[in-house]
Amino acid sequence: MARIIVVTSGKGGVGKTTTSAAIAMGLAKRGHKTAVIDFDVGLRNLDLIMGCERRVVYDFVNVINGEATLNQALIRDKNCNQLYILPASQTRDKDALSQEGVGRILDELKKDFKYIVCDSPAGIERGAFLAMYYADDAFIVTNPEVSSVRDSDRMLGILSSKSRRAEHNEEPIKEYLLLTRYSPERVKLGEMLSVDDVQEILSLHLLGVIPESKSVLNASNSGTPVILDEKSDAGQAYADVIARYLGEDRPHRFIDEKKGLFGKLFGSK
Amino acid sequence: MSLLDYFRTSKTSSASLDKERLQILVAHERTSRNQPSYLPQLQKELLEVIRKYVSIDQDAISVNFEQDDNQETLELNIVLPDTNKKS
Repeated sequence: MARIIVVTSGKGGVGKTTTSAAIAMGLAKRGHKTAVIDFDVGLRNLDLIMGCERRVVYDFVNVINGEATLNQALIRDKNCNQLYILPASQTRDKDALSQEGVGRILDELKKDFKYIVCDSPAGIERGAFLAMYYADDAFIVTNPEVSSVRDSDRMLGILSSKSRRAEHNEEPIKEYLLLTRYSPERVKLGEMLSVDDVQEILSLHLLGVIPESKSVLNASNSGTPVILDEKSDAGQAYADVIARYLGEDRPHRFIDEKKGLFGKLFGSK
Repeated sequence: MSLLDYFRTSKTSSASLDKERLQILVAHERTSRNQPSYLPQLQKELLEVIRKYVSIDQDAISVNFEQDDNQETLELNIVLPDTNKKS
C-alpha cells in the first residue's frame, strides 16, 4: 500500500525542501519506488535541490490540466533509478492546483509508487493545504526557535481538522517531528531550545534531529540531496530518520555537543 | 565580559524565556483553535441586547464553546447585578 508523506512546517526556511529531497532519496535508496512532488507552484526549488532543473519539461500543473501525461512530467533521478521528481510549475500561481486534480494525480501515482513525498510550500494557503490534504503521514519540520515551533503547532491543528482523513473521520494523519538546524553548542549555552523543550510543547513522535551543518548548503549548491553525503552529520542524521520511519530502532545522535561526536567517531573507528 | 559572567547570566537563558513564552502562547492558541470564528461577535451582540434591559459589565458575560466527540456545547453565563435596575 502506497503512503503519502507531507513535509510541512508552516514557517518558511526551516528546511522543508532539503528534508523532502533527503527523505525521498533515502527511501528510494532503500529500494522503495518513491516520487517527490513540489507543491510550491510559482516558487519551485525542489528541482534545484535535486539537481534536475535543466531536465524539467512538463510540470505538476501541466499534468493536472491534461497537457502532459504523468510519465512525461516525472523526472527520473540521476543518482537513483527508484526516485522520480514531479516539479512544480514556475509560471503559474497557486490557484492552478485544484483539489480534485491533485487527488487524481496522487491516486495515479499510488498505483506505481510505494512512497509519495509532498514538499509543501510555506504558509497555510492553497499550496500548503493541498500538500497536506491527502497525506497519510506528516513530517513536521521545526527549528528550535519561537516562531517555527508556534507555526508547527498551528500546522498540527490544521492537519487534525482540515485533512482528508479528518474530514472522513478516518484514522488521523501520523505526525512526526523533525527538528532541523539544531545546534547542540547553543543549546548547552542556553541560547537555543533543546529537543526536550520542543517536545514538551509539541509532544510529537521524534523522528530525528538534524544538526546545523555546512554540508546542507554544500549539498544544495551541488544539487545532490544531503543524505548522499554519507560522511556528513546531516546526511547521517537523515539516514537515521529513514531507518526510524521504516521501523528500525536507532539511538538519537547529534543531540549532544560535537566534541562528543568526534570523540565517538574517532574513538571507535 | 569574563567567561564566568557569561555563565552566571546564562542562568535565565534566552532559551528558557523562549520556552516559557511558547508554552503560554501555544496553550492559548490551542484552546481557541476549535472555536467557531463568530464567537467574539456573538458575545458582543449578546452584551448589547442584554444591556438594553439590564446594566451589566463587559466581563459579566462569558461565552464558552466546548466540543467533545459527539456534541458541541455553547455555554452562556451572565452574572446579573444584585438589584435589577432598568436602564
